[in-house]
Amino acid sequence: MHCWDPRIETMPKEDLQKLQYRLLKTLVYRLYSFSEFYHRRMKEAGVHPDDIRTLSDIRLLPFMYKHDLRDNYPNRIFCAPHDEVVRYHVSSGTTGKPTVVGYTRKDLDLWTTSLARALTSCGLGRGDVIQVSYGYGLFTGGLGLHYGAERIGAAVLPTSVGNTERQIELMQDLKATAIACTPSYLIHIGEAAERMGISIKNDTDLRSAIIGAEPWSESMRTRIYETMGVKAYNIYGTSEISGPMFSECTAQQGIHIWGDIAYPEIIDPVTGEVLESGESGELVMTVLQKEALPMIRYRIGDITRIDDEPCACGRTHPRIQRITGRVDDMLIIRGINVFPSAVEHALLGIPELAGHFLIEVDRKGSLDDMIVRVEVAPEAFSDRINDLINIKKKVEHTLKSALNVAVVVELAEPGSLPRFEGKAKRVIDRRVI
Amino acid sequence: MQEEYIIKQISVFSENKPGRLAAIAEALQKSNVNIFAFSIAEASSFGVVRALVDTPETARSVLEKLGFAVQFTDVIAVRMKDEPGGLHQVARILGDAGINIEYAYAYSGREAAVLILRVSQAGEAISKIRAAGGSLLRESDLS
Repeated sequence: MHCWDPRIETMPKEDLQKLQYRLLKTLVYRLYSFSEFYHRRMKEAGVHPDDIRTLSDIRLLPFMYKHDLRDNYPNRIFCAPHDEVVRYHVSSGTTGKPTVVGYTRKDLDLWTTSLARALTSCGLGRGDVIQVSYGYGLFTGGLGLHYGAERIGAAVLPTSVGNTERQIELMQDLKATAIACTPSYLIHIGEAAERMGISIKNDTDLRSAIIGAEPWSESMRTRIYETMGVKAYNIYGTSEISGPMFSECTAQQGIHIWGDIAYPEIIDPVTGEVLESGESGELVMTVLQKEALPMIRYRIGDITRIDDEPCACGRTHPRIQRITGRVDDMLIIRGINVFPSAVEHALLGIPELAGHFLIEVDRKGSLDDMIVRVEVAPEAFSDRINDLINIKKKVEHTLKSALNVAVVVELAEPGSLPRFEGKAKRVIDRRVI
Repeated sequence: MQEEYIIKQISVFSENKPGRLAAIAEALQKSNVNIFAFSIAEASSFGVVRALVDTPETARSVLEKLGFAVQFTDVIAVRMKDEPGGLHQVARILGDAGINIEYAYAYSGREAAVLILRVSQAGEAISKIRAAGGSLLRESDLS
């Protein structure tokens, strides 16, 4: 194993937790004293910095939400003096008003350090040529990876997105060994190369890909490896916590969250209670050393779980698992949290289905009624009603055991359910409460 | 010998909601497919439309192009006397031979009434019916 900072990355857990506690304490005192926003928030929650006596006392602190950033557009909750801010990034604002993130020199340094550790943990370093095909500009992906790759001594090929044929030529000519981009763009590059008569596997030096900013799956990882000969690593972050910051290591057993940089918690999205270690729930992040835009218990809205067991790579920092959904999409059916992504995942394993589905929720009397409409694969269609009823029962049984809630399944004609370009709307909630 | 009496029925998966039968019928009309007989079997939210048509290949391809799940199913079609006891005659032959009827539907045509059967052992059913003097339709009788 090669670490960027072995002392921190393999620090014994107890020492790491002591360090986290010290950083948290400093952060909370600083914000209580110097941030009007956090001072007011803590007062409202009836918590004083002196109440934070252990690391787990972090749960006394109030949450922070995306709308806090929007409501204080552009920079009203920044906590650093104006002339110490050296960079801005702005989120795209697809789901509302854009949000602005600011960085001091130290913020940029920590972000870059975080990525230097991440890229090193993927086996990259001096001698590598890293093609950064994330967008450069207001989006954090391009510049973030750019400086992270430079920090580890790799050569950066700052291609940004677009002009795919040129990207492929440069990849060949400059012998790029790694690429950082979205999973969909990587697949697009693979297909474009094929059309140009170039095999990424045989005609280029590309061996790893750092991909993220979009959901992707283990089956895509296998497909990318088989078709392109490229080992794909998952990277994670959002602009609110700086940008892409954390990635898988060569063990590929989850994404290491550097404990001295961030403190992750998993909570029940409804009650806000911190869940037991290993349980799946909403990811909440506290960035421990941020200056310009500090983030305490920020509710990112992604659903995952934390694995805090020692990693095969030797690093001691906890790992978050693949994101399985978004809290915004969550349904509560008869008191049970149901994620459309969990429905999708359960249906994937049933060969009689064509993959498309639609969830319809109604309230009959005082009870919620969840209907999942699924398309039967044309090959699975049988003339016998009993065979079809058995498919329906099989799907109902699979969903019941995956979701812990009884579901009515309706078989739909192939091709009859709505198709989506981009983000799918798979839920129709007709409940009037 | 017996194969000539096996008839290809088209079976179409359909959701149980207004307009689905009309969609199937319209598609068949547009491609000039004539329907001799059909039935609908229904479960709660879906059903199977089964039909004997003059050109099953055309029917299948036009419905599949519209996205329907279509299957051919082997059935037999027995001529019955269109008078009291006609159905009994046919049903008794199969019952005595221990052949189970999975489903059946019938139409009463110009020459005779016809009973369309999906049975457990088609070959045996054909030979028993013919041995008892019964008459079956061939696929060519439909076109």
